[in-house]
Amino acid sequence: MAEADRYEDVVRTRGEEKFAEFEDTDKGLLGRFHELLHSTPAIVPLIVLLAACVVFGLILGSKFFSPFALTLILQQVQIVGVLAAAQALIILTAGIDLSVGAVAVLCSVIMGQFTFRYGVPAVLAVPIGLAFGTAIGAVNGWLVSKVKLPPFIVTLGMWQIVLAVNYLYSANETIRAQDIEAQAPFLQFLGTKFNLGGAVFTLGVVLMLVVVLVLAYVLRSTAWGRHVYAVGDDPEAAQLAGVDRHRTIMSVYMVVGFICGLAGWVMIGRFGSVSPSATTGVIGNIQAITAVVIGGISLFGGRGSILGAFFGALIVGVFELGLRMAGADPQWTYLLIGVLIIAAVTVDQWIRKVTA
Amino acid sequence: MTQPVLEARGLVKRYGKVTALDHCEFDLMPGEILAVIGDNGAGKSTLIKALSGAIQPNAGEILLEGRPVSFASPNDARAEGIETVYQTLAMSPALSIADNMFMGRELRMEGIMGSLFRKLDRKRMEDFSRQKLSELGLMTIQNINQPVETLSGGQRQGVAVARAAAFGSRVVILDEPTAALGVKESRRVLDLIQEVRARGIPIILISHNMPHVFEVADRVHIHRLGKRLCVIDPKGHTMSDAVAYMTGAAVPEGVAEPA
Repeated sequence: MAEADRYEDVVRTRGEEKFAEFEDTDKGLLGRFHELLHSTPAIVPLIVLLAACVVFGLILGSKFFSPFALTLILQQVQIVGVLAAAQALIILTAGIDLSVGAVAVLCSVIMGQFTFRYGVPAVLAVPIGLAFGTAIGAVNGWLVSKVKLPPFIVTLGMWQIVLAVNYLYSANETIRAQDIEAQAPFLQFLGTKFNLGGAVFTLGVVLMLVVVLVLAYVLRSTAWGRHVYAVGDDPEAAQLAGVDRHRTIMSVYMVVGFICGLAGWVMIGRFGSVSPSATTGVIGNIQAITAVVIGGISLFGGRGSILGAFFGALIVGVFELGLRMAGADPQWTYLLIGVLIIAAVTVDQWIRKVTA
Repeated sequence: MTQPVLEARGLVKRYGKVTALDHCEFDLMPGEILAVIGDNGAGKSTLIKALSGAIQPNAGEILLEGRPVSFASPNDARAEGIETVYQTLAMSPALSIADNMFMGRELRMEGIMGSLFRKLDRKRMEDFSRQKLSELGLMTIQNINQPVETLSGGQRQGVAVARAAAFGSRVVILDEPTAALGVKESRRVLDLIQEVRARGIPIILISHNMPHVFEVADRVHIHRLGKRLCVIDPKGHTMSDAVAYMTGAAVPEGVAEPA
C-alpha cells in the first residue's frame, strides 16, 4: 500500500485514545435520578403509590390507614392485579392483549359449567378451565408469531370471539353463589378469608402476590425472562443473537392465557357466583392496560417491570377507595386516572431518552 | 496444501428469479484475515448469510475443517464456533452489556438454584464479560451492567466484536464493522480485528472501505455477479486494481483458475 494511502494513521499517534472508557461523569442530581429511573423503572409508580397513600391518609386520617381499608384495596384489585401481571408480560414483548378479561370470564364459566352441567369434580374443573385459558393464549401466540398478525388485531378479534363463545356456551346463565357453596366449594377456594392482625386477606390476594413475585423473579433472573425483554426490545437483534423468537412469543402468550385462567378462578372466589356477564369481560382489558401503563411499562416493549404493573393496579385501587371514602364524585377517579396515564407515558418518554 | 477452515463449494441461492449466488466458491485459511469485497448486489451478503446460517443455500455444500456441515439457523453455526458480527450488531439496547454478551447462551447457577429455579449466574457472566472486554483492550469497564444504548457507536461495536471473539472458537465473521463509525473509532475496531487474529482465529471481513481492507487483509476475495471472481494478494495489487476487478472494468489475469 502506498504511503499516501495511510491517511488515517494520524489518529493513531495523536494523543491518547478514549475509545471504550465506560467512566461515569458527574451528571448532577437530576442526571443521577434519571439513571436510577432508567435502571429501576418501577420506582416511579412506587413513589406515586406512596404519595397517594400519604395524601389520602392526611385527608381521611385513620379511616384510610386502617387494616380494614388497606386490605379492602387489595381485595378490590386482586382480579385487575392478576390481569395486569398477564398484560405486563405481553406488553414487554411489544404486544398488547385485548382479550385478557374475556378469557378470564370464559375460564370462570368453563370451571362452573363443567362442574354443574357435566358433573366434573371441581378439583378437575379448575385445571380444565386453566387449560382452556392456556389454549386460547396459544392460538393468540401462534397468530402473532407464525402468521405475523399484529397483536392488537389478533386479540381484538379474540376478545369478541371469546365473549361471544362465553355467552353462547353458558346461555347467559349465572351459577348462583349458594349453589356453588353447597355443591362445589372448591370453585370458591380463592375467596377463603383469613385474618392476619386485624387485616382480612383472601387466598385470591395471596395468589395475586405469588403471581407477581414469581413473574418478577422469572423475568429478572432466568434466561427466559431476558429473552422476553430482548424480543420486546428488538426482535431482529434478539433472533440474530440466538434467541428463539417464536418459542419466546408462544410461551409468553400461553403463560398469559394460563394467568387469565387463574384470574377467572379468582373471580369466582371474589364474587361467589359464576357470571358470564361479569364486567371484567368487557373492561378487564382496559383496566389491565391502565395498570400496566401507570406502572411505567413501555408500550414499545422491552422496558419496565412487573412490579411496576402491580403498583399501577394498586394506585388505581387506592384512588378508587380513597376518593370514595372522601365522598367525591366517582368521575373524579376516572379523571385522575386519565391524568396519571398521560403523565406515566410522559415520564416513560423521558426515561427512554438516554442523555438527560 | 493446508486445509481451509471454512470452505464453500458450488453454493447456489435463488430468490425467485434472481440468482444471488451462482455456484460460488469460498475458502478461508487458518489464521488469516480474508476480506470479501464486491459491488452492491454482487451477492456477498448472501454468501456471508449462508456461511453464518442465516439463510440456507439451494445447492452446494459448506465444509468446516473438511467436514460437510449444514446450518439450519445462526445457532447451528454458532454451535460450531462460527460467530458473526452483523452490521446491525444484533444487540438489545435496553439490556446490559453482560446480558447482551450472553444472549441466547446464558449461564445458570450450579446446583438446585440453576436446575430447578433456572437462576442465572450473573456474577460469572459479568466477570467473563469484563475479562473478555479488557482482554481486547477495551480499557476499564466501569459498569458492565450499563445498558448498551448508553454506549457510543464504537463502544457498541467493541462489545459486539468482543462477544464474537469470546465465543467464536473457529471463525469470526464481521459484516461492515467500520461502516457506521468515525475515523478514530474505526481505527480502534481495526486494531481489535488484528487482536482477534493474533489469537489464531481466522476472520472474514466484509467491507466497502478499500484502505481498511488493504491494510488488514491477508487475502482479498473479490465477489462479482454471484460468484468468486478471484482472490488477490493485497501486497501485489493496488486498490484501483481491486475496484476495477469488482466493477468489471478490468479482468484479472488467469481468472480461470481459482487462487
